[in-house]
Amino acid sequence: MVTATKDMQLISHLMRRAGFGVGLPELESLAQNGYNETVNRLLKPTNVQEMTDDLIRRYHHEQSGMMGQNNPGAYWLYKMITTTDPLTEKMALFWHGIFATGYPKITQGKVLNDQIRMFRRYGTGNFRTLLLELSKDPAMIVWLDNHDNHDGAINENFGRELLELFSMGVGNYSEQDIKETARAFTGWTIGNTEYMALRAERDSIWPYGRIAWHFEFKEDDHDSGEKEFLGNTGRLNGDEIIDIICQQESTARFISRHMYHFFVADEPPVPQWPYTPPRDPKAIDTLTQAYFDNDYDIRAMLDILFNSEFFKSEDSWHERVKSPAELVAGILRLTGEFDRPRREILDRSTQAIYMGQHLINPPSVEGWHQGTEWIDTGTLVERLNFASQQMSNVENPGVAEIIGRVIGDGSHQADDSLVQRCLDEMGVTSVSEGTRSILENFAAQNRDLENDATQIVAQMLQMVAATHEFQRA
Amino acid sequence: MTSPANAKTVVVIQLSGGNDALNTVIPYNNEHYYDLRPQVNISQDNVLKINDELGFNPSMAPIKRLWDEGNVAVINGIGYPSPNRSHFRSMDVWHTAEPDTISNEGWLGRAIRQIDPDGENVITGVNFGRGLPRALYAKDVPVASVGNLENYGLMTDMKNEAARNLALEAFSQMYGGSGKDTIAQFISQTGLDALKGADILRAAPRQYSSTVEYAHTPIAQNLKSISQVMSADLGTRVFYTQHGSFDTHSGELSAHSKLWQDVSEAVGDFTDDLKEHGQLDDTLILMFSEFGRRIKDNGAGTDHGSGGSAFVIGGAVNGGTYGEFPSLRSEDQIEGDMRFNNDFRITYSTIADRWLGLDPVHIANGTFEQFDFVD
Repeated sequence: MVTATKDMQLISHLMRRAGFGVGLPELESLAQNGYNETVNRLLKPTNVQEMTDDLIRRYHHEQSGMMGQNNPGAYWLYKMITTTDPLTEKMALFWHGIFATGYPKITQGKVLNDQIRMFRRYGTGNFRTLLLELSKDPAMIVWLDNHDNHDGAINENFGRELLELFSMGVGNYSEQDIKETARAFTGWTIGNTEYMALRAERDSIWPYGRIAWHFEFKEDDHDSGEKEFLGNTGRLNGDEIIDIICQQESTARFISRHMYHFFVADEPPVPQWPYTPPRDPKAIDTLTQAYFDNDYDIRAMLDILFNSEFFKSEDSWHERVKSPAELVAGILRLTGEFDRPRREILDRSTQAIYMGQHLINPPSVEGWHQGTEWIDTGTLVERLNFASQQMSNVENPGVAEIIGRVIGDGSHQADDSLVQRCLDEMGVTSVSEGTRSILENFAAQNRDLENDATQIVAQMLQMVAATHEFQRA
Repeated sequence: MTSPANAKTVVVIQLSGGNDALNTVIPYNNEHYYDLRPQVNISQDNVLKINDELGFNPSMAPIKRLWDEGNVAVINGIGYPSPNRSHFRSMDVWHTAEPDTISNEGWLGRAIRQIDPDGENVITGVNFGRGLPRALYAKDVPVASVGNLENYGLMTDMKNEAARNLALEAFSQMYGGSGKDTIAQFISQTGLDALKGADILRAAPRQYSSTVEYAHTPIAQNLKSISQVMSADLGTRVFYTQHGSFDTHSGELSAHSKLWQDVSEAVGDFTDDLKEHGQLDDTLILMFSEFGRRIKDNGAGTDHGSGGSAFVIGGAVNGGTYGEFPSLRSEDQIEGDMRFNNDFRITYSTIADRWLGLDPVHIANGTFEQFDFVD
């Protein structure tokens, strides 16, 4: 009977939050390095392996053009389930939820995929650099109409969301600050604007297929006049606005709360934040301090977060409701189905859509509401059925290996060891006593019906997949 | 559990992808139509004429038959102010009845809450399809979403029936506890609602028989499932399903024709079935799409537009045309699209108030005039 040590349980918790969860063999290998070293390797990965683009395109010709609204999500899922650097994908998911840019207005998957690639590159670095890259990101420019933001004729959309949704949060700036921000970002547009904007309005690959867009600063369309923003005056340009934004405590608190929400425990939806205090104000203080102490470095904030008591505490294990992307990617990492590209990835990424998360197509500029809002009678049935079908399919190589290991050392013979072993194999580090006794009871009764060892284990994997604990990270 | 006899039901069929209204209800005597649609048009001879100006697409014969019987209301020029040409946003507007701000509560979810405020019947609303359309979503309102009625439920891939029963028993214990926190309680309640709905619904096909042979298309099979649930008299008042994709940017003539053939045949089979079961007079079908398409064709298809046509079908429906058919003259267009002249919430309001007997203000998000397609 395998009983994970406290350190292993902590590492498993870390990998569910900083990654997509780990099975038992990977956990045992990580445990040899210990918790602290596992955090270090997540933050500074070396020799990263993942399914490569050329391999993906060999099986999916449509992936080179990122045609259609579902291909960027399928591509991303490949990366999530094959990478040895899961934190980078997790941070891309984190920023995609905040800087939520959607297909309906862009209609060019390639451009959206470029934005996700930008999150991979800058998402764990300096926050100032990230905001600057975001402001130059072609998908973001079209998404929030900055190509329509002209000297003398401002469009406030980007300026407003930059302050409200991407940095400080409502209540920390005036309407005038929004206008001044919009003025500062005039001329920040995409090359060949009119033609590209027209393409975004027409959901058509004709006449030239999908092509990438690029950022262009048009000096002659930039309002270089005097501006006043949050008490600072000067001929402010966009990058100087971002400097001022990054100096604000409200920015540090807003980003810290998002991190807590994503990595530690579910907070209420963002629109309620001005009216509802954080569930752990001290944790937000700690992260805010880390932001300023480290010159806005996201990686340093994560380092402090992963090593904090509020993160490591047993109270936070299996607390967050897994997002559909986390759930699907986590299961597919366990099942090992995608040792090479397969067309089935399109179905698997569609499953996340049925569960309520269409990657590259968030419901609004606010991104997805998390926590219990992932759960309704429709999505819960999809989550439970997908999890239990995948985990009990003995043709999945990962599942076959799990079953082989469980039977190999005889763990399947007693009810309690069968339950414990299946929990361990699926990365569930703690279950309520109620859940454990229900599972053991199931194991005992099922033995009267089933005498095939493989089925006994497969059905227990299926039951674990249906537990509250497995559905939460 | 069961509703009073002859309780009225509404069946919503969503035509996903933006149905080309102009090639569905065709102004066959309008010269602008043939001028602006040099390639993607339906010739005058082929139109199924419903009056001196308008006719249905030739693949809509079963709906034309229902029209002739006086059971079809065609609502032309339906839409909303400041049309949005994004599929998703426009669909959201239709689902939430909220054109100005982003909302996540559906109009039918609110209707279900009014019908059954305490959520006593977990299948007052049933969707046939995957996931839950936002139209049916409202906080704390249970709704069932069924991929396939024959094998709907949890752990359906467990072959051994006895083992599956054990698994379901274990599941209901795991989701039946009080839960250590509010999140666990919420998930538990949702899980039990889903399980209960599945138990009730799975029994429906056994109580059903019909002489109608439904077509073997997804939309026909979904409508058959709806008929089965109706026959079982489980108290379901709101049904939802969808068909698509109507997003005909290219190859429109053949694709659009096939889509309408499938939908029309399915609706024809369904109404025949309802008639056989004496339910046609208590059933109202609403068919809508998130937007219409551009007036001018692009050579092989049509791009996203605004203004559309919706259909209301049923035994108690006052057949005829409602709304104005939008003018196609260039000065009357908005950015190359048909101008809407009746807010879709007029139709919602009519259905909520006159058909379901509910307070329409909360459901349609405001007070609107009503159509006379039902008394």
